Amino acid sequence: MERKGCRVRAGRGGSNEEEQRDVSVVPAEVLPGVRVADDDAEEAAVLGPRPRLWPSLAAVYRAQLSRARVARIPLLFVATFQSIGIMIMLRGVVSGGDDARSVVAGSSVLVVAYVGLNLLAQYFGQLRANGGLDHYATLPVPASAVVLGAAGAYASFTVPGTVVTAVFGCVLFGLPFAHLWVLLAVIPLAGAALAGLGAALGLLAPRPELATLLGQLGMSAALLLGVLPAHRMPEVVQLVRDALPSTYGVEAFARTFGGDPDWALVLGDLGVCAAVGVASLALATWAYRRAAVR
Amino acid sequence: MCAVRGLTKTYPAVRGRRGAPGSPEVRATDDVRLDIRRGEIFGLLGPNGAGKSTLVRQLTGLMRPDRGSIEILGHDIVRHPERAARILAYLGQESTALDELTVSLAAETTGRLRGLEVRRAREERDDVLAELGLTSIASRPLNKLSGGQRRLACFAAALVGDRPLLVLDEPTTAMDPVARRAVWAAVNRRRAERGSTVVLVTHNVIEAETVLDRVAVLDRGRVIACDTPAGLKDRVAGEVRVELVWREQAPLEVPEVAALRARAVESGRRWSLRMAPEEARAAVATVTGGAAFAALDDFTLATPSLEDVYLALGGSTQGLVKA
Repeated sequence: MERKGCRVRAGRGGSNEEEQRDVSVVPAEVLPGVRVADDDAEEAAVLGPRPRLWPSLAAVYRAQLSRARVARIPLLFVATFQSIGIMIMLRGVVSGGDDARSVVAGSSVLVVAYVGLNLLAQYFGQLRANGGLDHYATLPVPASAVVLGAAGAYASFTVPGTVVTAVFGCVLFGLPFAHLWVLLAVIPLAGAALAGLGAALGLLAPRPELATLLGQLGMSAALLLGVLPAHRMPEVVQLVRDALPSTYGVEAFARTFGGDPDWALVLGDLGVCAAVGVASLALATWAYRRAAVR
Repeated sequence: MCAVRGLTKTYPAVRGRRGAPGSPEVRATDDVRLDIRRGEIFGLLGPNGAGKSTLVRQLTGLMRPDRGSIEILGHDIVRHPERAARILAYLGQESTALDELTVSLAAETTGRLRGLEVRRAREERDDVLAELGLTSIASRPLNKLSGGQRRLACFAAALVGDRPLLVLDEPTTAMDPVARRAVWAAVNRRRAERGSTVVLVTHNVIEAETVLDRVAVLDRGRVIACDTPAGLKDRVAGEVRVELVWREQAPLEVPEVAALRARAVESGRRWSLRMAPEEARAAVATVTGGAAFAALDDFTLATPSLEDVYLALGGSTQGLVKA
């Protein structure tokens, strides 16, 4: 039953992967019909290719994005309606000025928090609990590709909802449309920070219910602390608000509604989002590796 | 091609919480030793809880054993579990990672994550879907398919991006006979053309007898036998199996029937007996005549199956399936 050729010579004692990577591989199927009698176990077979980061990230991203078409569209509607509803409610209380800016900015970023933080935490929590991670863990895909691909896809899901919410808010509160383009930076950076956090929570939570709970709590915090104007809050709550990564996305966006935005502060806020994004995605990657091999 | 030595994994005892009883320490694999040869369809047979899945999780690098070694094609999987993913393809029992993808995208993505270029992944995807008869449902998401079709789609994903070792955990669960035939045809083709090796987890004794070259029988974490299905059945060759099904209840007033009861494994109205051929003839003569026959609904006389081997080896019968 055994054939030569499956056992491709790959440098003796070549268990070192660095050595093997450049060895040209003769696949078993090009040597049909050659049989060996014994199964000598001394030489290591050539390993399958190791997928590179970007192609596998693109593959994961594309697959995750396609899930939106199948299963996520109703949830995206919910996220958008929730934010629009909050703005309509607050329209009666807030008339304009700084408060209106933070309401619109907060509601827009809330869509990112709902999808990136809450839904992604749920997704990874369930995937981990019911063995779905085994699929990825038995493929040679880099851990960061799985985490970044999923986080990127979830951040992308939020684009239509965030844009619709921002435009609706501008109309409702009479804010200028001039700098709405800043969403091009706010969505990916706030998305990275919140989706990274969501992925990390989902992968670290010992039980899926806990992942769901943490995701919901994170979203509630983003809602309460992001949408409501900060200066009306007690000092302790303001500290909590400063600790929340979504706050910086909200602030960056809110600043751009002014007549002459201070771009240095906007960049500063976005920089915080980016830093939190890098840190939380690194944490999520570590959590994925930990969850994949138990 | 795959050597397992002294593989041991113990799940720690779980302390009971309020209202929930704890569970004692469980040795899921206990000093397991296996040698799987190249080109072989090697089975792991045992009821649920026998340790098959734990063993497979260790083979695939998903779980680290407490002790022991695993070598696959010359690679130490205990020390380098990440290499398992580059040697083998694994079909687990769960499809949740692929559920919301279309059949086509599930296969293509899996191929790309095995390191195939886009074009190659698509070619292999098309070939595998055609081979398994899935082309007509390629654009449907997995969670809209029946259980058997979904299983077949996951199997397709496992085949994209050729691997010398396929580890399949109950691949044919919920499949209809057509899908099962497609699975075994695809497995045999890979074995004949590429010398692929298959490790198959099953609790289905009929499937085990028909498709496996060799089988390791697991019970409570231990390998209690490892041989060809025919070789295992030779161990109980001197016996035949008599199955009796009574209409309502067994006619225990017939002394011969009462005597048989002591040797029967009862499950409801069904009695199962293993006995020497001449004893079996006598038993059949008894129950097919007189008062006993009136109470008899059905009977079968059969040569031993792997289930009988399992029982003869001291395994507990619960959980093996004959279908």
